[in-house]
Amino acid sequence: MTTTTATSHVYPNVLSPLHATLLCGQVPLFLGALMADIAYYRSYQIQWSNFASWLIAGALVFAGLAMLFALVGLFRRRNPRPLTYFLLLLVTWVLGFINALEHAKDAWAVMPMGLALSVIVTLLAIAATWVGMAQPRTGDAR
Amino acid sequence: MKTAIALTALPLALLLTACGEEPGSNQQFYGAQPDLPSPERGILPSMTIAEPTPWDDQRPTVPEGFSVTAIATDLKIPRQTLVLPNGDILVAEGRGGNAAKLKPKDVIAGVIKARGNTSVDSGNRLTLLRDADGDGSYELQTVFADDLNAPYGLALHEGNLYVANQDELVRFDYEEGQTKASGPPSKVADLPSEINHHWTKALTISEDGRYLYVGIGSNSNITERGMEAEVDRALVWQVDAETGAYKPYATGLRNPTALAIQPGTGTLWAVVNERDELGEDLVPDYLTSVQEGGFYGWPYSYFGQHVDPRVKPQDDEKVASAIVPDYALGAHVAALGLDFSSEVMGEQYADGVFIGEHGSWNRKNPVGYKVIFVPFENGRPAGDPIDFVTGFRTEDGKTRGRPVGVTVDPSGALIVADDLANTVWRVVREGSE
Repeated sequence: MTTTTATSHVYPNVLSPLHATLLCGQVPLFLGALMADIAYYRSYQIQWSNFASWLIAGALVFAGLAMLFALVGLFRRRNPRPLTYFLLLLVTWVLGFINALEHAKDAWAVMPMGLALSVIVTLLAIAATWVGMAQPRTGDAR
Repeated sequence: MKTAIALTALPLALLLTACGEEPGSNQQFYGAQPDLPSPERGILPSMTIAEPTPWDDQRPTVPEGFSVTAIATDLKIPRQTLVLPNGDILVAEGRGGNAAKLKPKDVIAGVIKARGNTSVDSGNRLTLLRDADGDGSYELQTVFADDLNAPYGLALHEGNLYVANQDELVRFDYEEGQTKASGPPSKVADLPSEINHHWTKALTISEDGRYLYVGIGSNSNITERGMEAEVDRALVWQVDAETGAYKPYATGLRNPTALAIQPGTGTLWAVVNERDELGEDLVPDYLTSVQEGGFYGWPYSYFGQHVDPRVKPQDDEKVASAIVPDYALGAHVAALGLDFSSEVMGEQYADGVFIGEHGSWNRKNPVGYKVIFVPFENGRPAGDPIDFVTGFRTEDGKTRGRPVGVTVDPSGALIVADDLANTVWRVVREGSE
């Protein structure tokens, strides 16, 4: 049986459960904000805009903590995480924060910039999560 | 991804332009035809909360020929005052509002704004002040009525004392010389009180005592609590004093914080606080005569036909019908007090109105924090406003007091309620007593 030898090089870069939860959790939150923005854009019903504001606030908490993990990960002695991952999260968070401020404007003043930012930030959050979750297949390297 | 990068650059550019230059100094932001700059709102709204500091032995500054004394202290948030026929003064004390925090912004702004206000609990009462011997010192300070709900507007006609709580208009029987109400009040009419974002209910009464006018503020800055929340808001009600029947008298007045009847003409006048977050010098608060059936713009437009793009859906017909107010007071001054003057205030101040300006919180350089006099000619505002009571802010930028209600005392004085120092000031014309 050769399977016993496989354990030495399987998933060396796997995220801790907490890190993974924070990283993945930001995606539905930012996505939810985007969908709420779209609903407000189409209906003028202010409650959607309130939902978007809170969803963004929640997403910033998740993304911010995930970013801390990513930052620490840059300095790991074995298998440091890629810089791209940290930078993507950083940009996601900064633009997400600007989006939060944008959503703090009253009524229709949120539009259209709030909606545009929600699109961008959602895409960035997905990209950051993609890069963060992707595992290099170290076992096949040779 | 290129478009995404282009789009991300956009908010950053806005961020930079928002920190733009100060507007030109030759602009005039008050009067009948104020300069109205273009709306602007950076990524963060401007805010300057003035740190409270006690008066100690300092006093407000008044013009030559006048003197000022504190006639009552340790009140519980004095707002509006009423001078009774025998010279007694009634003070309405309290703080209202129960607006839910709908956005993270509301939570944060609430904490910041509270720093510039008094921490005293709402009095929910009327205090009576009496100067029995006429020496200018009000030796009696007693509770006239309590268990009220954030009382604000006060009006008297013959034996009827009307008080506008934040949720209902009530009436006390009043006999001259009373120091305590003879019993609980009776209800005249319920007032709109859902949410109560702008909770103050301003009040005045027609000269014949038949109609009461109640100022009811909007339930938001600019419809951010939804259009449904604005039913029966941002208007002045005319209430039949006898039956309590009411109708909208004028609409589109964002927050009519003080009302007064012009002596002689019987015309209703109001000071109105206008919308925020359109810039440091926009939109001016204003003084205006109130036309029956008139629409004054809120929320769709400001100062006539200047459309506010934050309101959706818009209403072109309403915008077209909006009346231009009579006299701009300047943006964010927060006019909360209004009374017509008379000869007792001396020749220079005989014809016009006094206005109490609570002062700004949403502007880099604070404005307001004073009582001004707007001179009238032929029953209309004419000329520049004159500072009447100042010195509410220290030179190092702290705040000692914030004026609210102003009332002309027929004995030749102006009564000014200060809801930060919890004090009532009396500005006396020298030689009048």
